[in-house]
Amino acid sequence: MVRLRGVVALLGRFPALAGVDLDIDAREIVLVQGPNGAGKSTLLRVCAGLLRVESGTAEVLGHDLSVDRAAVRRSVGLLGHDTALYDDLTVLENLQFWAAASRVAPESVLPALDRLGVSSRLHDVSVARLSAGQRRRVALAGVVVRRPTLWLLDEPHAGLDQSGRDLVDQLVVDAADAGATVVMASHELDRTVDLATRHITVAGGTITADHQMTRPDSGCDNAS
Amino acid sequence: MLRDAWLVAAKDLRIEWRSRVTVSQIVPFAALVLVLFGFALDANRPALETATSGLFWVTVMFVAIMAVQRSTAVEVTDGARRALLLAGIEPVAVFVGKTAAIAAQLLVVQVLLVPGVIVLYGASVDQWALLLVTCLVATVGIAASGSLLGALVAGVRARETVLPILLLPILAPVLIGATRAFDDALGSVAVDGWAWLGLLAGFSAINLVLGALAYGVLLEEI
Repeated sequence: MVRLRGVVALLGRFPALAGVDLDIDAREIVLVQGPNGAGKSTLLRVCAGLLRVESGTAEVLGHDLSVDRAAVRRSVGLLGHDTALYDDLTVLENLQFWAAASRVAPESVLPALDRLGVSSRLHDVSVARLSAGQRRRVALAGVVVRRPTLWLLDEPHAGLDQSGRDLVDQLVVDAADAGATVVMASHELDRTVDLATRHITVAGGTITADHQMTRPDSGCDNAS
Repeated sequence: MLRDAWLVAAKDLRIEWRSRVTVSQIVPFAALVLVLFGFALDANRPALETATSGLFWVTVMFVAIMAVQRSTAVEVTDGARRALLLAGIEPVAVFVGKTAAIAAQLLVVQVLLVPGVIVLYGASVDQWALLLVTCLVATVGIAASGSLLGALVAGVRARETVLPILLLPILAPVLIGATRAFDDALGSVAVDGWAWLGLLAGFSAINLVLGALAYGVLLEEI
């Protein structure tokens, strides 16, 4: 699913990733942890095909990122710090646009909003009028609409209330159960530790620890 | 490609319609510039009549800067640029879509500016066909250059100030060609407007091709 060897990625001239080796298999839920500026978000962006690999080899979903980064993008769902929503469009218009842009059936929009608990009274409200948590839910609905094979979630619980956080947890588990792979960067270890099947620690642009875990309800083998 | 271009253009135009920026800010700004030029030169009526074409297109340039800044800002503000890449839309489709949306806004403003110069500056139109084709061709060139430079400065922190510095010199050929063609259309200066229009068309074509080729590279450099 993801295979990185000696990957170096630059932010400007700064090596945000400085030689990362990583293999991630299908159905894994990988928690990426580490201090601020460690390279967690950069790792997700590289996996999404958004950031150039300066050296090393990177293969995601069977695509060589040094040859064709664009090929992997349609199969990836990335929730970053930004929500990628247009303030002046309504919730429904935003998701319909992204569904059409991603060549996904427009019928998948309403179920996704429903899944994220975005009530129908908000569908025709412009995104500028939503709270931060509501925006986050709509952005997550945008990821759900795409039905990605690889979920890349950067601080997915940020800004969400308790029910929203529970929803995210359930989404992650359901995605993995459906055959997708989830990689999430988070500082909220109390929530994500039990959720993940694998913990990776990133520091200084390299992976400093890698532990396989057991998710009690998943039936995963413990192979730490 | 055309489907995606239409998708992007329709989205941008819907955003403009909802935000009312064109109607409530850009159009009043254009009218204000036109009126102020009129105040500045009205004491010298012949000079005003001779300068009408130039003043018209300088006003359009100012409006274009505002439209391009808006077009860039909606993609940059909340990371939508990155999402466009992830959606898999061809960069050339994004370029064409954004160019079309900017062009549509500029044409709306020009539809209001032409009667403005007729009423305020006392201009009369001798050749409507030349005037209309000039508006269309020049607008395409301005919008294409604007879209391309908008993508170029999107990652720059001070893009609001950098954009005019880069855009205005690049648009100088449009300003010259469109002004000369308008001079002929308004009958204010004896020049061959159609020849100038040919030059303008060449410039617009170059900008369209350049934009289509380079936009993808710029879009990737987030």
